[in-house]
Amino acid sequence: MKRWLIWVPLAAFAILFVVVASGLMRPSDTTVHSTLVDKPLPDFRLDPMVPGKPGLASGDFGKGRPRLLNVFASWCIPCIAEAPQLMALKAKGVEIDAIAIHDKGPAIADFLRRNGDPYTAIGDDARSRVQLSLGSSGVPETFLIDGRGRIVRQYIGDIRADQVDQIVRDVEAAR
Amino acid sequence: MSLFLALTLAAAASAPDYGNTQLADPRAEAQARALMGELRCVVCQGQSIADSDADMAADMRALVRQRIAKGESPAAIRHWLIERYGDYVSYDPPLSGATALLWATPILLLGVGAWIARSSFRKGR
Repeated sequence: MKRWLIWVPLAAFAILFVVVASGLMRPSDTTVHSTLVDKPLPDFRLDPMVPGKPGLASGDFGKGRPRLLNVFASWCIPCIAEAPQLMALKAKGVEIDAIAIHDKGPAIADFLRRNGDPYTAIGDDARSRVQLSLGSSGVPETFLIDGRGRIVRQYIGDIRADQVDQIVRDVEAAR
Repeated sequence: MSLFLALTLAAAASAPDYGNTQLADPRAEAQARALMGELRCVVCQGQSIADSDADMAADMRALVRQRIAKGESPAAIRHWLIERYGDYVSYDPPLSGATALLWATPILLLGVGAWIARSSFRKGR
């Protein structure tokens, strides 16, 4: 028997220890990132959600100006928390469209009356079809689509007040 | 409980959807079922879409059934989802740099076992 073999179990233990310790140290990240970032926006066409506001189609994007595509719902609590930040973005000249998930027209109208309406268009995605085609896994999520119709960024979760300035910079960079 | 009942009734009252309705063709339904068991629910990450009660899992089941009914192959549907969510969405991991160890370990361990067995048999002789 070779002498160095006696160290093999200790070495194996050391490797296992490092793997487990680094796993414990690293904060777990369970967010699901869309792999469509840096790819063209998939084709879709959605009916209007509320009277007096157009529905949304992929052809509305990529017309030379970057736009935000917000995935939201009237039943989603973080979406209420996010609303003031979307209003601030709109006030800074950012154009925002939305798709509403699992929702009804009157509920959305009520949501907009209460929390403000930053949207140019809102599409009715009752069965999450467009949400799934975007690789989005929840509400709220926001995609930044550049002037050529490519997805350049995905913001997962509600947009916080301290993210607003960065997003304005991202939008300007996406021209 | 009453809230749960109300929710189920509300879901049943809306238009019939493939999220919770089987396909008429049993062969297509079996294909869809097999695929649904191998796709991860993206909001309830430990479950497959076949096992989850989440709205989004129902939407993903509807997507699978609609595409199967249209004649799309399960592999194509899986590929479509992997394009959007990454390999993460599939419970059948492809062979790649990150998963090579996962596939190689059983063979490696078998080899180590054979080697140990061989050397201990030799000692006994």
